[in-house]
Amino acid sequence: MTARTSSSAPDPSTPSPARRLLAGLAKTIRTPMGATATVFLGVVLLAAIVAPMLWSGTAAKVDATALDQGPSGEHWLGTDNLGRDLLLRVLVAARLSVLLSLSATAIGISLGLLLGAAPWLLGPRLGRLAAAFVNIAVAFPMLLMTLFFAVIFGVGVQGSVCAIGISMAPWFARLTQTLIAGVQKRDFVAAARIARVSRFGVLRRHILPNIAEPLIVNVALAAAAALLAFAGLSFLGLGVQAPEYDWGLLLNEGLSGIYVNPAGALGPGIAIVVAGLGFNLFGEALAKVLGSRHKVRTFRPRGASRTVSGSGGHPRQHATDGSAGDAIAPAGEVPVLEVDRLRVSLDTPNGTVSPVREISFSMKRGEALGVVGESGSGKSLTALAVAQLLESPLHVEAATLRLLGKDLMAADPRSRATRRFLATSLGLVFQNPTTSFNPTMRIGPQLAEVARLHQDMSRRQAGARAVDRLRAVRIPGAERRAKQYPHEFSGGMRQRAMVGMAMMGNPSLIIADEPTTALDVTIQRQVLNLLEQIRVENQVAVLLISHDISVIGQFCSRVLVMYAGRVVEELPSADLRTSARHPYTRALLSAVPDMTADRSQPLATVPGRPVDPADRPAGCAFAPRCTFATAQCHTAEPPLQEVGSGGTVACWNPQEGAVTAVQGQVQQAGRGQA
Amino acid sequence: MSELRFEKTSIRVGHGARALTAVDGVDLVVPARSIVGLIGESGSGKSTLGRAAVGLNPVSGGRILLDGQPLARQLRRGAVQMVFQDPMSSLDPRMTIGDSIAESISRRRIRRATDRRREVERLLELLDLEPQWADEYPEKLSGGQRQRIALARALAARPEVLIADEITSALDVSIQGSILNQVKDLQRQFGFSMLFISHNLSVVRYLCDQVAVIYLGRLVEQGPAEDVLSDPQHPYTRELLEASPDSGGPLVQPGGILHAVGDGEATDPHHPPTGCRYHPRCPVGPAVHPDRNACRTSVPLPLGRAHHAACHFAAMTETPLTATT
Repeated sequence: MTARTSSSAPDPSTPSPARRLLAGLAKTIRTPMGATATVFLGVVLLAAIVAPMLWSGTAAKVDATALDQGPSGEHWLGTDNLGRDLLLRVLVAARLSVLLSLSATAIGISLGLLLGAAPWLLGPRLGRLAAAFVNIAVAFPMLLMTLFFAVIFGVGVQGSVCAIGISMAPWFARLTQTLIAGVQKRDFVAAARIARVSRFGVLRRHILPNIAEPLIVNVALAAAAALLAFAGLSFLGLGVQAPEYDWGLLLNEGLSGIYVNPAGALGPGIAIVVAGLGFNLFGEALAKVLGSRHKVRTFRPRGASRTVSGSGGHPRQHATDGSAGDAIAPAGEVPVLEVDRLRVSLDTPNGTVSPVREISFSMKRGEALGVVGESGSGKSLTALAVAQLLESPLHVEAATLRLLGKDLMAADPRSRATRRFLATSLGLVFQNPTTSFNPTMRIGPQLAEVARLHQDMSRRQAGARAVDRLRAVRIPGAERRAKQYPHEFSGGMRQRAMVGMAMMGNPSLIIADEPTTALDVTIQRQVLNLLEQIRVENQVAVLLISHDISVIGQFCSRVLVMYAGRVVEELPSADLRTSARHPYTRALLSAVPDMTADRSQPLATVPGRPVDPADRPAGCAFAPRCTFATAQCHTAEPPLQEVGSGGTVACWNPQEGAVTAVQGQVQQAGRGQA
Repeated sequence: MSELRFEKTSIRVGHGARALTAVDGVDLVVPARSIVGLIGESGSGKSTLGRAAVGLNPVSGGRILLDGQPLARQLRRGAVQMVFQDPMSSLDPRMTIGDSIAESISRRRIRRATDRRREVERLLELLDLEPQWADEYPEKLSGGQRQRIALARALAARPEVLIADEITSALDVSIQGSILNQVKDLQRQFGFSMLFISHNLSVVRYLCDQVAVIYLGRLVEQGPAEDVLSDPQHPYTRELLEASPDSGGPLVQPGGILHAVGDGEATDPHHPPTGCRYHPRCPVGPAVHPDRNACRTSVPLPLGRAHHAACHFAAMTETPLTATT
């Protein structure tokens, strides 16, 4: 039932909002659920338009010779107590039923939008009052409200339309309020207010267009609800009154003769179900298409669950040496991590894209290796591939991927042994300490979970281990802190607890993916020092991923510089400023002002923008942004070659000499495309 | 052109039990034609102060003046503009780039649609962007390009003061430099004054003439950028400088020894400490020197002329910073 047929590539052009909605509608119709809904709706609307024109006379004609008949060739659903054809009456009633439910919905939306936007329009004080009113109104069940207002407004069509419309309003108001609250915090609304756009102007120009999609989806759902409510009211005799008739009234009449002629009640019943389903399914399908649109492009996998991984099912590209997946070799000379020709690929309709390719490196015990690169360079994907955390549609290939000598490419990622091995020998620290903890679990049990699952510890043992680990990461009052929830921890404290979680097993490798990016500099220093202490004391290798080359340079002994999914340079971090050779590395170094930068000189810049992995230029990926690029750079990709002083570089025109902070070797060039 | 002056400005945010004083009695002057850097950690109130200068946060105490005039009138003619941190959320995804920029152009200044359009194109060109992008939606653009559009939108109002709130921290390093260059060029060209909010000390040092350091809603040190950052008086400023990864000093201690004092629990802004707000974390304060009671009881006043620090023991620079207990 999912909208899978619509997974085509994102539209390259940027259509206007209205066109986008139309495109969404077109897409909706092509999904299985959308198609069903469209057929249902089409039938109902056709009946609503055509049937009254053709048969309104016939359907009202009294035939004394055919009273209360059952289904026959002449009358498919039989006749009522005045001899009128029931099928025709059901068809003709479609118009009134649909019209009335749509008008009720229209009233509901208008009132709801007005009420929902009131807090925004009235400002904070009066707004809170309006919000409180809606909150109270929404607490009453809709059916109760409908009956209440139907009695107040009196029986009849107008009364019940108003009753249903009004009882729907609080629900819409609440939805609008929530949606507006989400949009109004965004900076473009602040920018419009700085530009002195009136509150109403901001609502019309900025807020409504941005909440239109979910609102429209809900309108379709509400129309279905209104249809049902109307049928209910008419059934109870509060809605449409004879001689007019809608489905509810027909159902009421049919029900009294259900033992004589069941078809008389089933006919309108089915009509209600078909119409209701039509609106409902259409809304659902629309929601699916519109809701999924923004997620199509992203590469970054979410979450950190241990349900692994893409390598299963995909043939490995490079042959391995046969000694696959056996027991862990003695940890003497064996590197902690060996990676050779790692590649992460993604199949898209336009062919296979490899956001990470040809990554090779190895790490010794207690070594600190840094990976630096811009967003989209593939540094995080590399880390997740090593940790076996990538899920389909991303898949991992490698000639070698060994952790502590164990071949991870050969190991079944779903097997308990592999998961246990990974959980105990590999620790992970993510960028955002706020989202990497479960907010509903206390910190201690969250840490203990790993030990209970993979180290066969009892609850008590695991709890003690968690407290011990929290102490190891210098959290004051560890026993007390273990009983607290994540929100009671400050950002720096949470990140330290995260390091503690990574240390629950006895890991030989900690992968820290931008562990300090969300933190203040003073806290950053604490976390880095903590990692350093763990590295030295426990001989744990640390793979530190960051966009900040100064942090990497200070923490790590070796640096891998990544660009467009490839390692473009590897060198000892002590040599960064003196003998970085790749123009990109040099650009990264000189683009950041340091505390001695000359204020009168402009900063060095890198022209152009980072490369999209799906649209990588031929030759060296950096060539279009490189001041030293020659014809060769645009046609042939440079191999990663060893150079003096223990580094490697992938460049046809490697540069020499020290890098200065500002201006340096990098030209302050065409900022047009940046 | 214009001077922005905060006089004993206090700002309360939130309401009811969750209300807190995010900015507490700040005195700060952004002189005409100069760039003042505002440094502080997250939650220190630096963005709150910046947003108050464009009227997004109401001031609960003191006042903000532009050229000696109350702010409200000046804001109506767009004299103060702001560029936000996150270029992904600062542009309306459902509005063309041209419309977004045009929204800031005063209708009194340029009325006719064709003239407004020409002004939009001129601004786009000024920021080295393609004029025909005016009809596009921001969806396709990179962070750097969006930030330029945000700059163009701010300039469209002909501001006398520009508030720049962490404008480069969401950008890739290679893009950062070009935005900073451009901001510097534009400031020289148009002569607006600027409050540059950042947590990056080296960027502030490169761009700004003056620097103010804010901690838990109070200014702790301010003065000429070179002075403050080469000879910091307040222990908090020194701590910040030391922790900055490109300060030149060692960021990671051999073996990874942590600062014992700065390592304590984060201070709860709902219950700020008495006296000097930095005292629980201060390496020269009562946490290390138990006899220094003044820090707990009395609020230090900013002393000095051009360069002043609000610290009881600011002069005692010989006190070792890396004191461990």
